[in-house]
Amino acid sequence: MPKIKLNLITGRTIQQGVAMEGGKEKPAYTTACGIIELDPEDFKKLGAYRNTNVRVTSEYGSVVVKAVDATQGPHPGLGWIPMGPWANMVVNPNTYSTGMPTFKGTPVEVEVAKGEPVWDSLTLVTKACRGEI
Amino acid sequence: MAKMVTDVICPFCGTLCDDLEVSVSDDGTKILDVYNACAIGAEKFLHSQAKDRVTRPRMKQEDGSWKEVTYDEAIEYTAKMLADARKPLMYGWSSTNCEAQAVGTELGEMVGAVMDNTATVCHGSTLIAVQDVGVPSCTLGEILNRADRIVFWGCNPAHAHPRHMSRYSIFPRGFFTGKGAKGRKMVVVDPRVTDTAKTADIHMQVEQGRDFELLTALRVAFKGEWLPDFVGGIPKKTIYEVADVMKSGRFGIIFFGMGVTQSLSKNHNIDQAICVTRDLNEYTKFNIMPMRGHYNVTGSGEVWGWLHGFPYALDLSRGFARYNPGDTTSNDLLMRDEVDSVFVIGSDPGAHFPNSSVKKIWDLPCVCMDPHLTPTTAVCKLHVPVAFVGVETGGCAYRMDNVPIECRKVVDPPEGMPTDLEFLERVVARVKELKGA
Repeated sequence: MPKIKLNLITGRTIQQGVAMEGGKEKPAYTTACGIIELDPEDFKKLGAYRNTNVRVTSEYGSVVVKAVDATQGPHPGLGWIPMGPWANMVVNPNTYSTGMPTFKGTPVEVEVAKGEPVWDSLTLVTKACRGEI
Repeated sequence: MAKMVTDVICPFCGTLCDDLEVSVSDDGTKILDVYNACAIGAEKFLHSQAKDRVTRPRMKQEDGSWKEVTYDEAIEYTAKMLADARKPLMYGWSSTNCEAQAVGTELGEMVGAVMDNTATVCHGSTLIAVQDVGVPSCTLGEILNRADRIVFWGCNPAHAHPRHMSRYSIFPRGFFTGKGAKGRKMVVVDPRVTDTAKTADIHMQVEQGRDFELLTALRVAFKGEWLPDFVGGIPKKTIYEVADVMKSGRFGIIFFGMGVTQSLSKNHNIDQAICVTRDLNEYTKFNIMPMRGHYNVTGSGEVWGWLHGFPYALDLSRGFARYNPGDTTSNDLLMRDEVDSVFVIGSDPGAHFPNSSVKKIWDLPCVCMDPHLTPTTAVCKLHVPVAFVGVETGGCAYRMDNVPIECRKVVDPPEGMPTDLEFLERVVARVKELKGA
């Protein structure tokens, strides 16, 4: 299966905000944030259907999220994971002496993750801390 | 019949809307509906009524299960953890009121803590830049009544501050802005075609991370000097056009967000944006304002500003206040293993810090005060649920333009549940006993 290279950015979406206030342990939070928004052009390169689970890997970590169509595109070459624990598995944590991790502009690779689940936020963070994923 | 509570302040984002109406049951115990709020604000009020809400503190057991404990036990654990620590990190503070922030700072002074707020992963770069080059700013009221040039740079208020454009910046008709949106020119700079960008007169779809170059190019364009054909992916014709739009207004404002603070160059992007504003004041009146996220992150900066002189990354571990972003900021401290316990209040580093920092919190003694279940409550040792500020208790909060607004209490918290302030006051009293003061 092909792998594609993207520049990853994160940030707020209104769905993320509503789901966050509704409870981060709820499935709605996973639906809102356990995703990566891809441009249709990048979907073509990846050779995947919409709503396929994909593995996003950077130098700093790896996470499985669901690939969906870009809602605020077009932005070919740019991947978007809403802010939250899924994005924070792969973002660049270096602050370069500013105190601010580099949440935007992390180079990542995306590939189809057949049969791998998207964990809910609490499970994802707990598993990651235990070193299980 | 329901009772209507009017002029309620929304405790979600830095816009701090003050026109909400909330209908509550006659006995004043239940919120029935929320009017005038955005989807996120309404959800915050309604979620406080959730039947599955945690109402008692929970302690993590050896096997990973949770055991309910009393508030007295929670106070004892928290006080001991902080009193025994050599350098605790007290992080969060942005979703609570200024009164709790002040008592929390007293606690931080007593135990020699590093105090940091959510600006550290939000507008921390902005605060550094403001200290570098100053900030010409104004209030949201002035923008409503006067502004005819609005720039949103690296921010997406349609999603993050949903009522900002309708209450202050784009659509309302003010004293000198009688035509509303028709009399305003709106420029959006964003690498995506965001829902905010879709309503703009001009959208500059900058290459991600090229904000510094584009800001510098604008400063060149103001003076009519030479530019290369493209800067940050934007043709020079558009840059000259935007420069003219900005110069020709009567009163302008640049709002900026995480697009510039979290991309590489960070504080230098903001330095440059402030310099753009300064240059524009040669031609017209221009201002700049950060789009603050949490409803009282500005307040925590104000409280620490008046108590210790620094808005975040406040290190009290040596008995006096130090401030050195990159050294005394949460993520740097955690990654370098420089703190030995973590106290989180009104924030969720478990979800919003890079995972490498979250792993460090997992390994440390950690207390989390939060009404919600969050990834932080999953990695902490003790979870203390408290009343929602702005819903179940009042208190002072600062809007993104540094205007203090008194939040209103709408309903009572669940029986026996303390507010942030009450819990912190009791921890302070217990730490005093433990320290023999």
